[in-house]
Amino acid sequence: MTREVTTDSGRPAATGRPVRARARRTVPVSHARARADRRLGYALVGPVLIALLAITGYPLVYNIWNSLHFDNLSYGNLPHRFTGIRDYTAVLGSANWRSALERTVAFTAVTVAFDIVVALALALMLHRRFRGRGFLRAAVLVPWAVPTVVSAMLWKTMFDPRAGFVDYFLAAFHPAWAGLSWLGASTTRSWVAIFIADSWKNIPFVAIILLAGLQVIPGEVYEAARVDGASWWQSFRRITLPMLRPALSTALIFRTLQALLVFDVIYIMTGGGPGDSTQTLSFLSYQTFIVATDFGAGGAMSLLLVVLALVVSAIYVRALRPVTT
Amino acid sequence: MKRRPGTAKIARETLFYLAVVIVVLIALFPFYWIARTALESNAQVAAGVGGANGIIPASLSGAAFRDVFTQAQFLTPLRNSLIVALATTVVTVVVASMAGYALARLSIRGAGPILAFILLAGFFPVLAMIGPLFLMLRSIGALDSIWPLVIVYLVYTLPISTWLLKNFFQQIPADLEDAALTDGATRLQVLRTVIIPVAVPGVFTAAILSFILAWNDFAFAVSFLSSTGNFTAPLAITTFGQSGFQVYYNLIDAAVVIISIPVALLVLLAQRRIVAGLTAGSFR
Repeated sequence: MTREVTTDSGRPAATGRPVRARARRTVPVSHARARADRRLGYALVGPVLIALLAITGYPLVYNIWNSLHFDNLSYGNLPHRFTGIRDYTAVLGSANWRSALERTVAFTAVTVAFDIVVALALALMLHRRFRGRGFLRAAVLVPWAVPTVVSAMLWKTMFDPRAGFVDYFLAAFHPAWAGLSWLGASTTRSWVAIFIADSWKNIPFVAIILLAGLQVIPGEVYEAARVDGASWWQSFRRITLPMLRPALSTALIFRTLQALLVFDVIYIMTGGGPGDSTQTLSFLSYQTFIVATDFGAGGAMSLLLVVLALVVSAIYVRALRPVTT
Repeated sequence: MKRRPGTAKIARETLFYLAVVIVVLIALFPFYWIARTALESNAQVAAGVGGANGIIPASLSGAAFRDVFTQAQFLTPLRNSLIVALATTVVTVVVASMAGYALARLSIRGAGPILAFILLAGFFPVLAMIGPLFLMLRSIGALDSIWPLVIVYLVYTLPISTWLLKNFFQQIPADLEDAALTDGATRLQVLRTVIIPVAVPGVFTAAILSFILAWNDFAFAVSFLSSTGNFTAPLAITTFGQSGFQVYYNLIDAAVVIISIPVALLVLLAQRRIVAGLTAGSFR
């Protein structure tokens, strides 16, 4: 490459054809630059890829290995012998895992449906031009920005019969509701509290994604619709919803995966209780790995969780393929 | 409607502002209640909400804020969290800027799959990684230390930061760079003198988001840390306030208030940047 450049740059001066010479000279030089750029490019991208592969790829492979071997720290000196698919059959056959799967899927379906609808209304509100919009946006972002530990502890306080406002306000409607206990007392009420804490924290993020979608819809479209006499509802149905499709599918994927993997809020608010009635797949995975130190069964559970997340994303990507990109 | 545009419009506006007020109340009233609980004395907490101790308590006390530092030693976890979040932010900003620039500007083969992988890694189930990472940290004797967290938190921060910075670099006009390159500057010189000064706002947004995401982690911390001196702030809070059958919510909520302050300030000061940053990588 370098040789080519020097011979080319040497010759034209002698033959005296400057125009062609310049053309011939720039081609190899830009070629060299493109190659140097590409090399620099790989060097610059390298660290991100290495870091993410180390944090996600390595555990994935290690989980596959573990799920096929015996590996339990509670029996530290037993050999890590090959066990085949025993861990998978055990996990798939266990009533614990299956009820955790049912709970997780039900929780995901309810939260995603609720959150998307509320977030859409919120996004429309955040999109409108009015005095105090900046304040509203900041106020709405705060629940998203605080740690899950804050949202979970906050709602744990609120649902406490003695410290919170939920029972305090409910008592105004019915005296018997003054001492209603929520967390750890009833399965349904525990789920209600978890659902409220989780939605309160996550709706803002979904709303911001939808807001970004609203912002790229050109205003002239609405203008034209109004001139044609379309009602608010008609332009919402015929313009907003279809043009919001890419943003809606992004929001759906984000929110669904988040809900499928719910852990922090459960750990902090109920610890999986009462009994094991609020244990989700991620919670069970934590219990198996860290509490029971069973890395074989935990590995199998983890892989099933990864597969579930992949299947759900694939379904979404297929069903919601954007009309335009 | 055409005859009396005034009344209909006023009614609609009133309804809209009413909805705004309700939304703000739902978002912020719980924080008021947290602050209110944190300012209660132990006796008030034990007595419970009701009667004179209602929405506005009869008396306020700073005891919980004192106790959270003296009894509960909250300063150590706060310091741990600050160190980890800042270190993660610095690493993320450097690594994501490099990758973002390369993916936006240098024609790399496979840029599409690389970007897809980075996005996918952000969705990887955290609770599926903890087992193998636990075993690995255990074998190198790095369990129960805050430093490995700096590495694992990158899984939260790198995907969104890389995407955000890639989009940001793409928006910087290429002419600027091409001019410098034609003048004979090398890529690295261009990066230092032309690109980085223009990229400061994008880098700043990535830094804010990374700090928030690292500051907020719970799952990794609860899985890897075991001694209270190494706890991060979110983990420490879950151990506060339990005393027999009485839960001292004033102590817990004082810690909750303290841990919320940095992120609440970031949101209030940089609301516009955060909104722009969150949406940059999301679906375009």
